Amino acid sequence: MPYNLVVLVKQVPDTKRITGEAMRDDGTVNRGSLPAIFNPEDRHALELALELKGRYGGRVTVITMGPPQACQVLRDSLERGADEVVLITDRRAAASDTLATSYILSCAVRKAAEKAPVDLVLCGRQAIDGDTAQVPPQTAEKLGWPQVTYVESVEEIAGGRLRAKRNTGRGWERVEAPMPCLLTVTDAGPEPRPASAKRIMAIKRARSRAELQGEVAAAMPGATPEAVAAEVEKRAAALAARGFLIPQWTLDDIRADLQWCGRDGSPTKVKRIQSVILKGSGFKKVEPTKEAVADMVHELIEDHTIG
Amino acid sequence: MTEPNRKGDVWVIAEQNDGELHDVSLELLSKGRQLADTLGVRLVAVLLGAKVQEHAQRLVQHGADTVLAGEDNRLGHYQTNPFAKVVAGLIQKHRPQIVIFGATPVGRDLAPRVASTVRAGLTADCTDLDIGEHVEPHTNQKYENLLYQIRPAFGGNIIATIVNPERWPQMATVREGVMRMPDVDAKRRGQITRFTPDLAASDFALKILEHQSAVRKVNLKAARIIVAGGAGVGSKENFRLVWDLANALGGAAGASRAAVDSGWIDKDHQVGQTGTTVRPALYIAIGISGAVQHRAGMSEAQKIVAINSDPKAPIFSVAHYGIVGDLNRVIPMMIDAIKKRV
Repeated sequence: MPYNLVVLVKQVPDTKRITGEAMRDDGTVNRGSLPAIFNPEDRHALELALELKGRYGGRVTVITMGPPQACQVLRDSLERGADEVVLITDRRAAASDTLATSYILSCAVRKAAEKAPVDLVLCGRQAIDGDTAQVPPQTAEKLGWPQVTYVESVEEIAGGRLRAKRNTGRGWERVEAPMPCLLTVTDAGPEPRPASAKRIMAIKRARSRAELQGEVAAAMPGATPEAVAAEVEKRAAALAARGFLIPQWTLDDIRADLQWCGRDGSPTKVKRIQSVILKGSGFKKVEPTKEAVADMVHELIEDHTIG
Repeated sequence: MTEPNRKGDVWVIAEQNDGELHDVSLELLSKGRQLADTLGVRLVAVLLGAKVQEHAQRLVQHGADTVLAGEDNRLGHYQTNPFAKVVAGLIQKHRPQIVIFGATPVGRDLAPRVASTVRAGLTADCTDLDIGEHVEPHTNQKYENLLYQIRPAFGGNIIATIVNPERWPQMATVREGVMRMPDVDAKRRGQITRFTPDLAASDFALKILEHQSAVRKVNLKAARIIVAGGAGVGSKENFRLVWDLANALGGAAGASRAAVDSGWIDKDHQVGQTGTTVRPALYIAIGISGAVQHRAGMSEAQKIVAINSDPKAPIFSVAHYGIVGDLNRVIPMMIDAIKKRV
């Protein structure tokens, strides 16, 4: 039996690439030096969805919320075999905390379900920029669906129920959940497949309207807004005719109640951000010689750190 | 829930699974006690399980004034929906001002579900909590006695302080191992309120077919001395040196994520944001560059020795002693010195 699968993904700065080179002289991180990437665990969620589609048939729809450039993760998803992608982009969604984000994503899943009921939503366990792991359980709650977190594999789907193996931190668990439900997938999930070379060639030209807007505006300096808009429409129509226009939803499209979105919809406020400053050379330098190492060990014994 | 209840209590959601009380629940009581005393309210622990009496008493002995203890045979093993339903129901009924959970796999599964149900804000993985005032920049409104939820973000490169000015309760999960264990006071008395949660069979959405708890191969949190190796160790064979030094010191072997991912040592030994947070008397970092994710898990060690061939490695920024050199030469020198002195 084919299933309608939705994968929620996020584009994130590659915080794992922070090495000495990404550090400024004052010890803070130069965020601009970090590339934007497909959140690693979301790739495992996408792979699990593609694997389930391979086993049972169905459709995989990938949804992301973010600025126009977040379309890169959607193109990446299409290259790997997603059937459909959607960008949720809306200035009024800016400054959403996890609660507001989950509300918006739940509205998007409901919107996606208008065409055909959604059987399963898959998410990465957490995004590497915030590491909160909160959005998926909150989205499941907003949908009123059960959640199965930290999933490593799905053994079987049968009779409207899904059997999965999840990591409990202390060990593992095999659980059976009724569908529809929401899964969060860890990096122990199935290994993401490479993009198909044939699809890369075709899909590299896929764009959303928001991206076209930026590209056209940059290519036509001095043009009137009307001229830019006309050119965007022309290019969008050409892409749409070939199936390469990435659909875009606003908060209105997904019928989100604005009081639960963006800054107003977010109970948490950032009071202060402090950069973690590396302390610098506050340590005692020990030469790699027998005598110096022995002296250090002696000091550690003297101050009762050792022994 | 949105209205702040400024007389509300401070709540700790205790974690019990298969009859065992999680250490983090006791750690939360020490911080919860401070917060409750600052605010002049009670510290309440919520405990759900198949049997609750014994653990409820432990929670009192570790600082709780009141324990709300829900007993149901079906709550012996954790699953999201019934636990979330009971906790959210209690929050709606009693209106605490602060609710904290351990940032364990269970806490990180449960807390967001509860927060979404009561439409409250939630901050993940806090490393500290405090009480203070806040002026909201957009409205200039001043708020007293808010919970400062302090957490690393952006891969640990920034420390953010989060507040929930208006939509309460103020909820947070707190990392394991960052709060101190409170002292036990066996004579401490508190009120234990036992109740039977109102749960239908349909609330247990999941069927747990099978579960197994692996015994941890090492208890890093209890180790006084940890010798940890990273990518710079270079190979599984070289990692033997890390073990040798750990053995010479009577310490435990630890590792960075890179070493674990390379298959040189089991994941149970991993120190850092996705591994264990440790605060030993001595931490020796060998061939560990010291990415923030790793430093987040060990920078609280009392003494840190870093051995690395790269003089620019960030690990030196948290070190007390730094040796720039080849670990194949330096470690045998250390072992030699230890054996001669002890």
